[in-house]
Amino acid sequence: MSDGGGSGRDNAPGDNDGDRFARLPATDAEREDPGRATREEIIEWWRDRFGIDAETFADHTFWEKGAGKIWVLAGDAPDGLRIEALGMRVMHTRQEFWKPTTNAVQRFGRDASTGTIELGPDRARRFVAGEDQEIPWDGDWGYVVATRAVAGGDEPLGVGLYTHGELKSMVSKGRRRDLR
Amino acid sequence: MDVLARYEPLLDDYDAFREACERPLPHLVRVNTLKTTVERAIKALHEEGVAVEGRGWREDLLELDTDTPGNTWPYFLGWLHGQEAVSAIPPYVLDPDPVDRVLDVCAAPGSKTGQLAAAMDDRGRILANDANLGRLAPLRSNMERLGVTNVAVTNRDARHLSLSDWDVDAVDAALVDAPCSGEGTVRKNPAALEDWSESFVADVSTLQRDILKRAIRLTEPGGTVVYATCTFAPEENEAVLDAVLDTEDCEIRGFEVPLATDPGVTGWRDASYDPSVRKAKRIWPHRSDTGGFFCAKLEVGG
Repeated sequence: MSDGGGSGRDNAPGDNDGDRFARLPATDAEREDPGRATREEIIEWWRDRFGIDAETFADHTFWEKGAGKIWVLAGDAPDGLRIEALGMRVMHTRQEFWKPTTNAVQRFGRDASTGTIELGPDRARRFVAGEDQEIPWDGDWGYVVATRAVAGGDEPLGVGLYTHGELKSMVSKGRRRDLR
Repeated sequence: MDVLARYEPLLDDYDAFREACERPLPHLVRVNTLKTTVERAIKALHEEGVAVEGRGWREDLLELDTDTPGNTWPYFLGWLHGQEAVSAIPPYVLDPDPVDRVLDVCAAPGSKTGQLAAAMDDRGRILANDANLGRLAPLRSNMERLGVTNVAVTNRDARHLSLSDWDVDAVDAALVDAPCSGEGTVRKNPAALEDWSESFVADVSTLQRDILKRAIRLTEPGGTVVYATCTFAPEENEAVLDAVLDTEDCEIRGFEVPLATDPGVTGWRDASYDPSVRKAKRIWPHRSDTGGFFCAKLEVGG
Protein backbone atom coordinates (compact mmCIF):
# COMPACT_ATOMS: atom_id res chain seq x y z
CA MET A 1 0.00 0.00 0.00
CA SER A 2 1.01 3.54 -0.64
CA ASP A 3 1.45 6.07 2.12
CA GLY A 4 0.11 8.95 0.07
CA GLY A 5 2.00 12.02 -1.02
CA GLY A 6 0.03 12.80 -4.16
CA SER A 7 -2.27 15.75 -4.38
CA GLY A 8 -5.34 13.58 -4.75
CA ARG A 9 -5.17 11.49 -1.59
CA ASP A 10 -4.28 11.65 2.04
CA ASN A 11 -2.49 9.55 4.60
CA ALA A 12 -5.33 8.10 6.64
CA PRO A 13 -6.68 4.98 4.99
CA GLY A 14 -8.57 3.84 8.08
CA ASP A 15 -11.41 6.35 8.24
CA ASN A 16 -14.58 6.35 6.20
CA ASP A 17 -14.41 9.37 3.89
CA GLY A 18 -17.03 9.69 1.19
CA ASP A 19 -14.63 11.44 -1.18
CA ARG A 20 -11.94 8.84 -1.53
CA PHE A 21 -11.53 5.22 -2.47
CA ALA A 22 -10.50 3.10 0.50
CA ARG A 23 -9.21 -0.40 -0.14
CA LEU A 24 -11.28 -3.09 1.53
CA PRO A 25 -9.34 -4.95 4.21
CA ALA A 26 -8.48 -8.48 3.13
CA THR A 27 -9.98 -10.17 6.19
CA ASP A 28 -11.60 -9.40 9.53
CA ALA A 29 -8.16 -9.41 11.19
CA GLU A 30 -7.16 -6.34 9.14
CA ARG A 31 -10.41 -4.47 9.61
CA GLU A 32 -10.19 -1.10 11.38
CA ASP A 33 -13.66 0.25 10.53
CA PRO A 34 -16.15 -2.28 11.96
CA GLY A 35 -18.77 -1.32 9.38
CA ARG A 36 -16.52 -1.86 6.37
CA ALA A 37 -16.91 -5.09 4.43
CA THR A 38 -13.80 -7.17 3.84
CA ARG A 39 -12.61 -8.57 0.53
CA GLU A 40 -13.15 -12.02 1.98
CA GLU A 41 -16.79 -11.22 2.84
CA ILE A 42 -17.52 -9.79 -0.60
CA ILE A 43 -16.14 -12.84 -2.38
CA GLU A 44 -17.95 -15.17 0.03
CA TRP A 45 -21.21 -13.31 -0.58
CA TRP A 46 -21.01 -13.82 -4.35
CA ARG A 47 -20.16 -17.49 -3.80
CA ASP A 48 -22.92 -18.11 -1.26
CA ARG A 49 -25.61 -16.16 -3.06
CA PHE A 50 -24.85 -17.02 -6.70
CA GLY A 51 -22.29 -19.83 -6.63
CA ILE A 52 -19.71 -17.62 -8.31
CA ASP A 53 -16.20 -18.95 -7.80
CA ALA A 54 -13.67 -16.86 -5.87
CA GLU A 55 -11.36 -17.22 -8.87
CA THR A 56 -13.65 -14.86 -10.81
CA PHE A 57 -12.33 -11.98 -8.70
CA ALA A 58 -8.72 -13.17 -8.39
CA ASP A 59 -7.36 -10.31 -10.51
CA HIS A 60 -9.66 -7.64 -9.05
CA THR A 61 -9.45 -5.40 -6.00
CA PHE A 62 -12.37 -3.96 -4.00
CA TRP A 63 -12.83 -0.39 -2.79
CA GLU A 64 -15.35 1.60 -0.77
CA LYS A 65 -16.23 5.21 -1.58
CA GLY A 66 -19.19 6.63 0.24
CA ALA A 67 -20.92 4.61 2.92
CA GLY A 68 -21.37 1.06 1.74
CA LYS A 69 -20.74 1.63 -1.96
CA ILE A 70 -18.29 -1.00 -3.13
CA TRP A 71 -16.33 -0.78 -6.38
CA VAL A 72 -14.47 -3.53 -8.24
CA LEU A 73 -11.28 -2.71 -10.12
CA ALA A 74 -9.17 -4.82 -12.49
CA GLY A 75 -5.70 -4.86 -10.95
CA ASP A 76 -4.57 -2.64 -8.10
CA ALA A 77 -4.36 1.08 -7.31
CA PRO A 78 -2.93 3.33 -4.60
CA ASP A 79 -5.15 3.59 -1.53
CA GLY A 80 -7.10 6.77 -0.86
CA LEU A 81 -7.59 8.16 -4.38
CA ARG A 82 -9.90 11.15 -4.57
CA ILE A 83 -11.22 10.60 -8.06
CA GLU A 84 -14.58 10.14 -9.78
CA ALA A 85 -14.61 6.42 -10.47
CA LEU A 86 -12.37 3.40 -9.89
CA GLY A 87 -13.60 0.47 -11.93
CA MET A 88 -17.28 -0.47 -11.57
CA ARG A 89 -19.79 -0.13 -8.75
CA VAL A 90 -20.32 -3.74 -7.74
CA MET A 91 -22.61 -3.69 -4.69
CA HIS A 92 -24.00 -1.88 -1.67
CA THR A 93 -23.05 -2.97 1.84
CA ARG A 94 -23.63 -1.42 5.30
CA GLN A 95 -27.28 -2.49 5.07
CA GLU A 96 -29.07 -5.62 6.25
CA PHE A 97 -29.18 -7.21 2.82
CA TRP A 98 -26.23 -6.53 0.56
CA LYS A 99 -27.33 -5.62 -2.95
CA PRO A 100 -25.40 -6.17 -6.17
CA THR A 101 -25.60 -3.70 -9.06
CA THR A 102 -27.19 -4.46 -12.42
CA ASN A 103 -23.91 -3.81 -14.20
CA ALA A 104 -21.93 -6.10 -11.90
CA VAL A 105 -24.49 -8.87 -12.38
CA GLN A 106 -24.30 -8.45 -16.15
CA ARG A 107 -20.51 -8.64 -16.01
CA PHE A 108 -19.94 -11.32 -13.36
CA GLY A 109 -23.32 -13.07 -13.13
CA ARG A 110 -22.89 -15.25 -16.21
CA ASP A 111 -21.17 -17.86 -14.02
CA ALA A 112 -24.00 -17.89 -11.46
CA SER A 113 -25.18 -21.41 -10.62
CA THR A 114 -27.77 -20.52 -7.99
CA GLY A 115 -30.00 -17.58 -7.14
CA THR A 116 -30.99 -17.11 -10.80
CA ILE A 117 -34.46 -16.81 -12.29
CA GLU A 118 -34.75 -17.53 -15.99
CA LEU A 119 -37.38 -15.37 -17.65
CA GLY A 120 -39.17 -16.02 -20.92
CA PRO A 121 -39.21 -13.27 -23.57
CA ASP A 122 -42.32 -11.48 -22.28
CA ARG A 123 -41.31 -11.60 -18.60
CA ALA A 124 -37.79 -10.50 -19.55
CA ARG A 125 -39.19 -7.54 -21.47
CA ARG A 126 -41.26 -6.49 -18.45
CA PHE A 127 -38.27 -6.93 -16.13
CA VAL A 128 -36.06 -4.70 -18.30
CA ALA A 129 -38.84 -2.09 -18.42
CA GLY A 130 -38.72 -1.95 -14.61
CA GLU A 131 -42.02 -3.75 -13.92
CA ASP A 132 -42.64 -5.96 -10.87
CA GLN A 133 -44.35 -9.28 -11.57
CA GLU A 134 -45.87 -12.29 -9.83
CA ILE A 135 -43.83 -15.37 -10.61
CA PRO A 136 -43.57 -18.79 -8.99
CA TRP A 137 -40.03 -19.72 -7.90
CA ASP A 138 -38.72 -22.06 -5.22
CA GLY A 139 -35.36 -20.43 -4.51
CA ASP A 140 -34.29 -18.34 -1.49
CA TRP A 141 -35.90 -14.94 -1.08
CA GLY A 142 -33.65 -11.95 -1.58
CA TYR A 143 -31.63 -10.48 -4.42
CA VAL A 144 -31.53 -12.69 -7.50
CA VAL A 145 -30.04 -12.64 -10.98
CA ALA A 146 -32.71 -12.49 -13.68
CA THR A 147 -31.65 -14.14 -16.93
CA ARG A 148 -33.04 -14.79 -20.37
CA ALA A 149 -31.92 -16.80 -23.37
CA VAL A 150 -30.16 -14.57 -25.93
CA ALA A 151 -28.30 -15.85 -29.00
CA GLY A 152 -28.04 -19.37 -27.67
CA GLY A 153 -26.98 -18.63 -24.09
CA ASP A 154 -28.51 -17.58 -20.78
CA GLU A 155 -27.58 -13.96 -20.23
CA PRO A 156 -27.85 -12.13 -16.89
CA LEU A 157 -30.14 -9.12 -17.34
CA GLY A 158 -29.87 -7.58 -13.92
CA VAL A 159 -30.84 -7.75 -10.28
CA GLY A 160 -34.29 -8.60 -8.98
CA LEU A 161 -35.65 -8.75 -5.46
CA TYR A 162 -37.70 -11.90 -4.91
CA THR A 163 -40.17 -12.05 -1.97
CA HIS A 164 -43.71 -13.37 -1.46
CA GLY A 165 -44.00 -14.76 -4.97
CA GLU A 166 -43.08 -11.45 -6.58
CA LEU A 167 -40.03 -10.45 -8.59
CA LYS A 168 -39.28 -6.75 -8.26
CA SER A 169 -37.04 -5.33 -10.98
CA MET A 170 -34.05 -3.48 -9.56
CA VAL A 171 -33.00 -2.17 -12.97
CA SER A 172 -32.24 1.52 -12.44
CA LYS A 173 -34.32 4.13 -14.24
CA GLY A 174 -31.44 5.09 -16.50
CA ARG A 175 -30.93 1.48 -17.60
CA ARG A 176 -34.59 0.60 -18.21
CA ARG A 177 -35.67 0.02 -21.79
CA ASP A 178 -38.88 -0.79 -23.63
CA LEU A 179 -37.63 -3.66 -25.75
CA ARG A 180 -39.36 -5.92 -28.20
CA MET B 1 -21.50 31.88 -43.06
CA ASP B 2 -20.43 29.06 -45.38
CA VAL B 3 -17.75 27.58 -43.15
CA LEU B 4 -16.91 24.59 -45.29
CA ALA B 5 -16.15 26.75 -48.34
CA ARG B 6 -12.78 27.53 -46.78
CA TYR B 7 -11.62 23.99 -47.66
CA GLU B 8 -12.11 24.29 -51.41
CA PRO B 9 -8.36 24.91 -51.95
CA LEU B 10 -7.54 21.61 -50.22
CA LEU B 11 -9.77 19.42 -52.41
CA ASP B 12 -9.82 18.68 -56.13
CA ASP B 13 -13.23 17.02 -55.71
CA TYR B 14 -14.75 19.76 -53.61
CA ASP B 15 -18.33 19.27 -54.91
CA ALA B 16 -18.33 15.62 -53.80
CA PHE B 17 -17.19 16.78 -50.35
CA ARG B 18 -20.06 19.25 -50.07
CA GLU B 19 -22.60 16.69 -51.25
CA ALA B 20 -21.36 14.14 -48.71
CA CYS B 21 -21.71 16.68 -45.91
CA GLU B 22 -25.42 16.98 -46.74
CA ARG B 23 -26.07 13.25 -46.36
CA PRO B 24 -26.87 11.63 -43.00
CA LEU B 25 -24.32 9.25 -41.55
CA PRO B 26 -24.81 5.47 -41.55
CA HIS B 27 -25.70 4.11 -38.07
CA LEU B 28 -22.79 2.03 -36.84
CA VAL B 29 -22.33 0.13 -33.63
CA ARG B 30 -19.20 -1.42 -32.18
CA VAL B 31 -19.51 -4.91 -30.74
CA ASN B 32 -18.10 -4.97 -27.21
CA THR B 33 -15.90 -8.04 -27.28
CA LEU B 34 -15.46 -7.90 -23.50
CA LYS B 35 -19.01 -9.26 -23.21
CA THR B 36 -19.75 -11.17 -26.40
CA THR B 37 -18.56 -12.11 -29.88
CA VAL B 38 -19.42 -10.46 -33.18
CA GLU B 39 -21.26 -13.63 -34.19
CA ARG B 40 -23.45 -13.70 -31.07
CA ALA B 41 -24.21 -9.99 -31.34
CA ILE B 42 -25.41 -10.46 -34.92
CA LYS B 43 -27.48 -13.48 -33.86
CA ALA B 44 -29.08 -11.50 -31.03
CA LEU B 45 -29.95 -8.65 -33.40
CA HIS B 46 -31.49 -11.10 -35.88
CA GLU B 47 -33.56 -12.65 -33.07
CA GLU B 48 -35.37 -9.36 -32.63
CA GLY B 49 -35.63 -8.61 -36.32
CA VAL B 50 -32.82 -6.06 -36.67
CA ALA B 51 -30.81 -6.70 -39.81
CA VAL B 52 -27.10 -6.03 -40.15
CA GLU B 53 -26.92 -4.08 -43.40
CA GLY B 54 -23.20 -3.89 -43.68
CA ARG B 55 -19.87 -4.11 -41.99
CA GLY B 56 -17.57 -1.26 -41.10
CA TRP B 57 -13.84 -1.16 -41.75
CA ARG B 58 -13.29 -3.36 -38.71
CA GLU B 59 -14.86 -6.75 -38.02
CA ASP B 60 -16.47 -5.37 -34.85
CA LEU B 61 -18.23 -2.41 -36.55
CA LEU B 62 -21.74 -3.18 -37.82
CA GLU B 63 -24.17 -1.07 -39.79
CA LEU B 64 -27.74 -1.68 -38.56
CA ASP B 65 -31.10 -1.07 -40.24
CA THR B 66 -32.48 0.65 -37.14
CA ASP B 67 -32.37 4.29 -36.06
CA THR B 68 -32.50 3.22 -32.42
CA PRO B 69 -29.74 0.67 -31.77
CA GLY B 70 -30.01 1.70 -28.09
CA ASN B 71 -33.40 -0.03 -27.91
CA THR B 72 -32.19 -3.55 -28.59
CA TRP B 73 -31.43 -6.48 -26.29
CA PRO B 74 -27.73 -6.66 -27.16
CA TYR B 75 -27.40 -2.93 -26.39
CA PHE B 76 -29.10 -3.38 -23.01
CA LEU B 77 -26.70 -6.24 -22.29
CA GLY B 78 -23.70 -4.02 -23.02
CA TRP B 79 -22.81 -5.95 -26.17
CA LEU B 80 -23.09 -2.90 -28.46
CA HIS B 81 -22.04 0.73 -28.39
CA GLY B 82 -23.09 3.33 -30.95
CA GLN B 83 -19.86 4.51 -32.52
CA GLU B 84 -19.24 5.91 -35.96
CA ALA B 85 -16.52 4.60 -38.22
CA VAL B 86 -13.98 7.40 -37.70
CA SER B 87 -14.34 7.29 -33.93
CA ALA B 88 -12.88 3.78 -33.97
CA ILE B 89 -9.64 4.98 -35.60
CA PRO B 90 -7.67 6.44 -32.64
CA PRO B 91 -7.84 3.37 -30.35
CA TYR B 92 -6.93 1.20 -33.34
CA VAL B 93 -3.89 3.38 -34.04
CA LEU B 94 -2.89 3.49 -30.36
CA ASP B 95 -3.07 -0.33 -30.29
CA PRO B 96 -2.48 -0.76 -26.53
CA ASP B 97 -1.24 -3.96 -24.91
CA PRO B 98 -3.24 -5.49 -22.05
CA VAL B 99 -0.47 -4.69 -19.57
CA ASP B 100 -0.22 -1.04 -20.54
CA ARG B 101 -1.03 2.07 -18.56
CA VAL B 102 -2.95 4.32 -20.95
CA LEU B 103 -4.00 7.93 -20.50
CA ASP B 104 -7.20 9.03 -22.23
CA VAL B 105 -7.11 12.75 -21.55
CA CYS B 106 -10.45 13.90 -23.05
CA ALA B 107 -12.38 10.68 -22.59
CA ALA B 108 -16.10 11.51 -22.31
CA PRO B 109 -18.50 10.12 -23.35
CA GLY B 110 -16.22 7.10 -23.60
CA SER B 111 -16.69 5.45 -27.01
CA LYS B 112 -12.95 5.35 -27.55
CA THR B 113 -12.28 4.50 -23.89
CA GLY B 114 -14.53 1.46 -24.17
CA GLN B 115 -12.77 0.39 -27.34
CA LEU B 116 -9.38 0.76 -25.62
CA ALA B 117 -10.65 -1.36 -22.71
CA ALA B 118 -11.77 -4.09 -25.11
CA ALA B 119 -8.41 -3.99 -26.92
CA MET B 120 -6.72 -4.40 -23.51
CA ASP B 121 -9.05 -7.25 -22.49
CA ASP B 122 -10.09 -5.13 -19.48
CA ARG B 123 -6.59 -5.44 -18.03
CA GLY B 124 -3.80 -2.92 -17.41
CA ARG B 125 -5.04 0.54 -16.52
CA ILE B 126 -6.85 3.28 -18.42
CA LEU B 127 -6.75 6.69 -16.76
CA ALA B 128 -9.80 8.35 -18.31
CA ASN B 129 -10.02 12.06 -17.72
CA ASP B 130 -12.47 14.72 -18.76
CA ALA B 131 -12.48 18.36 -17.75
CA ASN B 132 -16.25 18.67 -18.17
CA LEU B 133 -18.03 17.45 -15.03
CA GLY B 134 -21.35 17.14 -16.86
CA ARG B 135 -19.87 14.67 -19.32
CA LEU B 136 -18.55 12.32 -16.63
CA ALA B 137 -21.94 10.71 -15.95
CA PRO B 138 -22.29 9.36 -19.51
CA LEU B 139 -18.63 8.29 -19.45
CA ARG B 140 -19.16 6.35 -16.24
CA SER B 141 -22.48 4.81 -17.24
CA ASN B 142 -21.11 3.75 -20.63
CA MET B 143 -18.12 2.03 -19.01
CA GLU B 144 -20.35 0.21 -16.52
CA ARG B 145 -22.85 -0.92 -19.16
CA LEU B 146 -19.94 -2.21 -21.24
CA GLY B 147 -18.69 -4.17 -18.22
CA VAL B 148 -15.37 -2.33 -18.07
CA THR B 149 -13.43 -2.55 -14.78
CA ASN B 150 -9.93 -1.31 -15.74
CA VAL B 151 -10.83 2.39 -16.03
CA ALA B 152 -10.21 5.08 -13.41
CA VAL B 153 -12.09 8.32 -14.06
CA THR B 154 -10.77 11.76 -13.15
CA ASN B 155 -12.15 15.29 -13.61
CA ARG B 156 -9.13 17.52 -14.19
CA ASP B 157 -7.99 20.19 -16.62
CA ALA B 158 -6.14 18.16 -19.25
CA ARG B 159 -3.51 20.92 -19.58
CA HIS B 160 -2.41 20.34 -16.00
CA LEU B 161 -2.86 16.59 -15.58
CA SER B 162 -0.61 14.89 -13.08
CA LEU B 163 0.21 11.23 -12.45
CA SER B 164 1.39 11.82 -8.89
CA ASP B 165 -1.67 10.05 -7.48
CA TRP B 166 -0.60 6.91 -9.30
CA ASP B 167 3.00 6.65 -8.07
CA VAL B 168 4.30 6.70 -11.63
CA ASP B 169 6.12 9.32 -13.68
CA ALA B 170 4.73 8.39 -17.07
CA VAL B 171 2.23 6.24 -18.92
CA ASP B 172 2.94 3.84 -21.78
CA ALA B 173 0.60 5.57 -24.20
CA ALA B 174 -1.84 8.46 -24.40
CA LEU B 175 -4.89 9.33 -26.45
CA VAL B 176 -5.69 12.99 -27.05
CA ASP B 177 -9.16 13.10 -28.58
CA ALA B 178 -9.14 16.86 -28.38
CA PRO B 179 -12.02 19.27 -27.99
CA CYS B 180 -12.43 20.94 -31.38
CA SER B 181 -14.69 23.00 -33.61
CA GLY B 182 -16.44 19.77 -34.65
CA GLU B 183 -16.79 20.56 -38.34
CA GLY B 184 -16.52 16.89 -39.21
CA THR B 185 -19.68 16.04 -37.24
CA VAL B 186 -21.89 18.06 -39.60
CA ARG B 187 -23.44 14.90 -41.11
CA LYS B 188 -24.57 13.78 -37.65
CA ASN B 189 -25.53 17.23 -36.45
CA PRO B 190 -26.37 19.76 -39.19
CA ALA B 191 -26.29 22.54 -36.57
CA ALA B 192 -22.63 21.77 -35.78
CA LEU B 193 -21.37 24.81 -37.67
CA GLU B 194 -23.86 27.38 -36.39
CA ASP B 195 -21.55 28.73 -33.69
CA TRP B 196 -18.38 28.41 -35.74
CA SER B 197 -16.01 31.39 -35.72
CA GLU B 198 -12.39 32.09 -36.59
CA SER B 199 -11.82 33.25 -33.03
CA PHE B 200 -13.13 29.97 -31.59
CA VAL B 201 -10.80 28.04 -33.89
CA ALA B 202 -7.89 30.20 -32.73
CA ASP B 203 -8.75 29.72 -29.06
CA VAL B 204 -9.36 25.99 -29.23
CA SER B 205 -6.14 25.42 -31.18
CA THR B 206 -4.21 26.94 -28.27
CA LEU B 207 -6.03 24.60 -25.90
CA GLN B 208 -5.32 21.62 -28.17
CA ARG B 209 -1.62 22.46 -28.32
CA ASP B 210 -1.38 22.73 -24.54
CA ILE B 211 -3.28 19.48 -23.97
CA LEU B 212 -1.15 17.59 -26.49
CA LYS B 213 2.08 18.94 -24.97
CA ARG B 214 1.00 17.81 -21.53
CA ALA B 215 0.10 14.33 -22.80
CA ILE B 216 3.50 13.98 -24.48
CA ARG B 217 5.28 14.98 -21.28
CA LEU B 218 3.32 12.35 -19.33
CA THR B 219 4.24 9.54 -21.75
CA GLU B 220 7.33 7.30 -21.48
CA PRO B 221 10.12 7.71 -24.05
CA GLY B 222 9.29 5.33 -26.86
CA GLY B 223 5.59 5.52 -26.01
CA THR B 224 2.84 6.46 -28.44
CA VAL B 225 0.57 9.49 -28.31
CA VAL B 226 -2.37 9.60 -30.70
CA TYR B 227 -3.84 13.01 -31.50
CA ALA B 228 -7.31 13.18 -33.04
CA THR B 229 -9.99 15.74 -33.81
CA CYS B 230 -13.27 15.70 -35.70
CA THR B 231 -12.55 18.87 -37.64
CA PHE B 232 -11.08 19.83 -41.00
CA ALA B 233 -9.42 23.03 -39.82
CA PRO B 234 -5.62 22.86 -40.32
CA GLU B 235 -5.31 25.36 -37.45
CA GLU B 236 -6.57 22.59 -35.13
CA ASN B 237 -4.72 19.74 -36.79
CA GLU B 238 -1.42 20.17 -38.66
CA ALA B 239 -0.72 23.53 -36.97
CA VAL B 240 -1.04 21.91 -33.55
CA LEU B 241 1.36 19.13 -34.53
CA ASP B 242 3.79 21.67 -36.00
CA ALA B 243 3.79 23.69 -32.77
CA VAL B 244 4.34 20.61 -30.63
CA LEU B 245 7.20 19.35 -32.82
CA ASP B 246 8.95 22.65 -32.13
CA THR B 247 8.92 22.34 -28.36
CA GLU B 248 8.55 18.64 -27.43
CA ASP B 249 10.81 15.64 -27.92
CA CYS B 250 8.65 13.64 -30.30
CA GLU B 251 8.24 12.60 -33.93
CA ILE B 252 5.23 11.93 -36.12
CA ARG B 253 5.01 8.31 -37.27
CA GLY B 254 3.13 6.88 -40.21
CA PHE B 255 0.33 4.37 -39.72
CA GLU B 256 -2.10 2.36 -41.81
CA VAL B 257 -5.85 2.35 -41.53
CA PRO B 258 -8.13 0.55 -44.01
CA LEU B 259 -10.11 3.64 -45.01
CA ALA B 260 -9.49 6.13 -47.80
CA THR B 261 -7.40 8.93 -46.31
CA ASP B 262 -5.46 11.99 -47.42
CA PRO B 263 -2.11 13.04 -45.97
CA GLY B 264 -1.85 16.01 -43.63
CA VAL B 265 -1.38 19.33 -45.39
CA THR B 266 1.96 21.17 -45.15
CA GLY B 267 0.52 24.60 -45.78
CA TRP B 268 -2.63 26.58 -45.09
CA ARG B 269 -3.18 30.23 -45.96
CA ASP B 270 0.07 31.97 -44.97
CA ALA B 271 1.36 29.18 -42.74
CA SER B 272 3.63 26.29 -43.60
CA TYR B 273 4.13 23.23 -41.46
CA ASP B 274 6.83 20.64 -40.81
CA PRO B 275 6.87 18.18 -43.76
CA SER B 276 6.34 15.24 -41.35
CA VAL B 277 2.72 16.34 -40.77
CA ARG B 278 2.06 14.55 -44.07
CA LYS B 279 2.25 11.31 -42.03
CA ALA B 280 -0.96 12.33 -40.26
CA LYS B 281 -4.23 11.40 -41.94
CA ARG B 282 -7.21 13.47 -42.98
CA ILE B 283 -10.48 11.61 -43.38
CA TRP B 284 -12.81 13.54 -45.67
CA PRO B 285 -16.48 12.47 -45.50
CA HIS B 286 -16.85 11.71 -49.21
CA ARG B 287 -13.93 9.31 -49.46
CA SER B 288 -15.34 6.44 -47.36
CA ASP B 289 -18.84 7.70 -46.45
CA THR B 290 -17.85 8.65 -42.89
CA GLY B 291 -17.73 11.70 -40.65
CA GLY B 292 -14.78 14.06 -41.01
CA PHE B 293 -11.71 13.31 -38.92
CA PHE B 294 -8.02 13.91 -38.37
CA CYS B 295 -5.57 11.53 -36.72
CA ALA B 296 -1.84 11.60 -36.03
CA LYS B 297 0.46 9.13 -34.31
CA LEU B 298 3.42 10.50 -32.37
CA GLU B 299 6.32 8.70 -30.79
CA VAL B 300 7.75 10.28 -27.69
CA GLY B 301 11.52 10.72 -27.51
CA GLY B 302 11.68 9.63 -31.13
